[in-house]
Amino acid sequence: MQTIEELLRAHPFFDDFDPATVALLAGCATSVRFAPGEVIFREAEPADAFYVLQSGRVALQVHHPAGGALVTSTVEHDEVLGWSWLVPPYRWTADAVAVAETNAVRFAAGCLRGTCADDPAVGYVFLRKIAQVLAHRLASANRRLLDLYGGGDRP
Amino acid sequence: MTDVRVFGSDGLDATIAVLRRRGYDVFGPTLRDDVVTYGPIESVADLPVGRGDEQSPARYRSRARGDGALFGYAAPVQSAKAQFLPSDELLWTSRPGDAASGPVIERQAAERRPVAFVGLRSCDLAAVLQQDRILTQRAHADVAYAGRRAGAFLIAVTCSDPADTCFCASLGTGPSPGEGADVSLTEIVGDGPHRFVATPGSPRGTELLDAVGAGPASDEDVAAAHRVERRAVTRMGRELRTDDLVGVLYASTESPHWDAVAERCLACTNCTLVCPTCFCTTITDAGDLTGGAAERRRVWASCFTKDYSYIHGGSVRTSTQARYRQWITHKLATWQVQFGSVGCVGCGRCITWCPAGIDLTAEVATLRAGDTALKSSRAAGPRPSPRED
Amino acid sequence: MTAATARETVGTDPMVPRLFRVVHTRRDTRDTHTLVLEPTDGVPLPFRPGQFTMLHSFGVGEVPISISGDPAHPEVLEHTIRNVGAVTASLVAAQPGTILGVRGPFGTGWEVGDGKGGDVVFVAGGIGLAPLRPAILEVIAQRSRYGRVVLLYGSRTPEDLLYADDLRAWARDGGVRVETTVDNGPPGWTGRVGFVTDLVPRAGFNPVTAFAHICGPEVMMRAVATALRDRGVSGTRLRLSMERNMKCGIGLCGHCQLRELFVCVDGPVFDHDRIGPLLSKWEL
Repeated sequence: MQTIEELLRAHPFFDDFDPATVALLAGCATSVRFAPGEVIFREAEPADAFYVLQSGRVALQVHHPAGGALVTSTVEHDEVLGWSWLVPPYRWTADAVAVAETNAVRFAAGCLRGTCADDPAVGYVFLRKIAQVLAHRLASANRRLLDLYGGGDRP
Repeated sequence: MTDVRVFGSDGLDATIAVLRRRGYDVFGPTLRDDVVTYGPIESVADLPVGRGDEQSPARYRSRARGDGALFGYAAPVQSAKAQFLPSDELLWTSRPGDAASGPVIERQAAERRPVAFVGLRSCDLAAVLQQDRILTQRAHADVAYAGRRAGAFLIAVTCSDPADTCFCASLGTGPSPGEGADVSLTEIVGDGPHRFVATPGSPRGTELLDAVGAGPASDEDVAAAHRVERRAVTRMGRELRTDDLVGVLYASTESPHWDAVAERCLACTNCTLVCPTCFCTTITDAGDLTGGAAERRRVWASCFTKDYSYIHGGSVRTSTQARYRQWITHKLATWQVQFGSVGCVGCGRCITWCPAGIDLTAEVATLRAGDTALKSSRAAGPRPSPRED
Repeated sequence: MTAATARETVGTDPMVPRLFRVVHTRRDTRDTHTLVLEPTDGVPLPFRPGQFTMLHSFGVGEVPISISGDPAHPEVLEHTIRNVGAVTASLVAAQPGTILGVRGPFGTGWEVGDGKGGDVVFVAGGIGLAPLRPAILEVIAQRSRYGRVVLLYGSRTPEDLLYADDLRAWARDGGVRVETTVDNGPPGWTGRVGFVTDLVPRAGFNPVTAFAHICGPEVMMRAVATALRDRGVSGTRLRLSMERNMKCGIGLCGHCQLRELFVCVDGPVFDHDRIGPLLSKWEL
């Protein structure tokens, strides 16, 4: 059984963090497991956590006007879940539902925010990594918005 | 010793007669609706005797020359393209066959006589040779075109009275015919007797000149022919710098100048229709209402239409900017990469027959002048908003 | 044209189609069908993966369609066709027994064999999987000659994924790592949702030895090529297949030109080094 610190060091998200910082951050974290179908968080609720995925798959979904939910993206091993904890107003912007047996490390948002505030250098690295995740997700969403395979007419 | 002959207009008449007797459909310049165009001729009397022309951007006027010249005008409205690559051609028809073998396809090889041209402009001769290279000397040949060209007899003529829109001298395609003609003529008017200095360009050209009894030209005849050529060179209204056209046009891909051209260009396709080298075609398939018989036709196409670049979902070139850029870039630059020469022969038709008077020599000069400046101003800029058409 | 006509040998004119009979049809998705054809004269039509034919519905028209069948079986000709216009509507409606015209095969192929000894990455978007299918089959047929083989495939929805049976078989028996993603997931969808480029970072290939073959809409190919080049795949080991209007398929009609290239004879498959710079120019 790996320690949380070991799990974090093996995760690409923490490539840019020095070992001492990872050890410090591990103090904010616990190991969690989600069963398929389990709701991890819901849209509009307070964003009180940050997840680093070891395995499994989590669907981010928004409520469809016609009822039900539309999966807008999925997050898997080697990726991270949740950015709303880092920026006000600290509320989730989508539902997160495990669609497979999922193992993750959960950070308490308050603890992370405190660490970032105490050490702006760590805060900056966090912000940069999260911005990267956001930029990637935005680019992916924009491309899919083109409905490239759906035969939408050219503008 | 070069074989140079001379004959009078009666000799030209005899030439037409011999060609007709030998089974050719003879084409030459004719006056139709007060415009010179290549059409069927039976004798010298069918040529635009004593007619000249004035051509300038978006303007064409026929005029009386006041002499008896038979070839005293610049480029006819259409080149020889229409005869060798018809604007509308039936490729094949099919009719239902039995269930086992399926439709029966029949190629429509018309029993058409070979074509002879008498008085083909030097620029148009150069264009024919370009189309030969494009349509018959690459990986795949256009069978119908190759068939028509194989039997054709070409008598080319030196352009003696170029127009304001002409610039063949810039491209080395005139005013005297280059290689490729069976016979090349220079008409001499008002410099001694009205006569034609003729040079054979092939064994059958020599044979034809022998058949019509064309005697050897004198030194004075040859000198007079040279004077015609030299005078023509000095009377061309335009020129086109041909150095580094590929570099200039490639560098102009994102030039704002396309916006300025598109302000004037109507995307009417006139330039591509009168261009003697434009070879683009499209295929139309049609069936009868019962779904039994079908036919395939090939018709001229133009890169100025939106349809030309259509793939499902829309056209690649929606804007007039992109379509003009495609035409001129192909004509002057990518043509060289594809076929080894500039695709323009300097006939000036695209200038004369453009309803907006757009002049490719001027557009290139503008692009050339703006070459470096434009790169920096536009390289990272937004694409132009497409014009509705 | 005069009324007098003469029947000539049609085999010499590349504008005259050969006759093929539809022997089997399959509905792949809501708008995409596969036609299996056999030549009426029994003469096979060998082709290189990546090549296309001009497929003709008599009396309706002709369109370029990539060959999607197995290059080891040229006695049957397979096309997967998406219904996007009058001609393709007529083609997907063809029933077994229907006679279609075929010209070709034309154009350049993927030449996957150039990548022997290294990893192979196929990236498909939408119906772009169809032109890659013969190349994937060619690699599987000589599987031991290649390193890791990865197929990254993005489609619009789970219902739009082509060749579901093939995908399973390639993963199970073909030694291919198959990763799929969809643009949007319906409720209950437990697969991956994201753009096909999202699959690249975790595809697990050696960018130095890998040969990549991309097929899909131009915007998708541009994004994928950028993602692959960012990971170190060189432009001469990265190929993509272009789509343009084509009327003749043999470089004579002019329609398919992309700068100096005739997509029908110089392509449709190009090295990224050659085609990449042209993809960023507006309306080229």
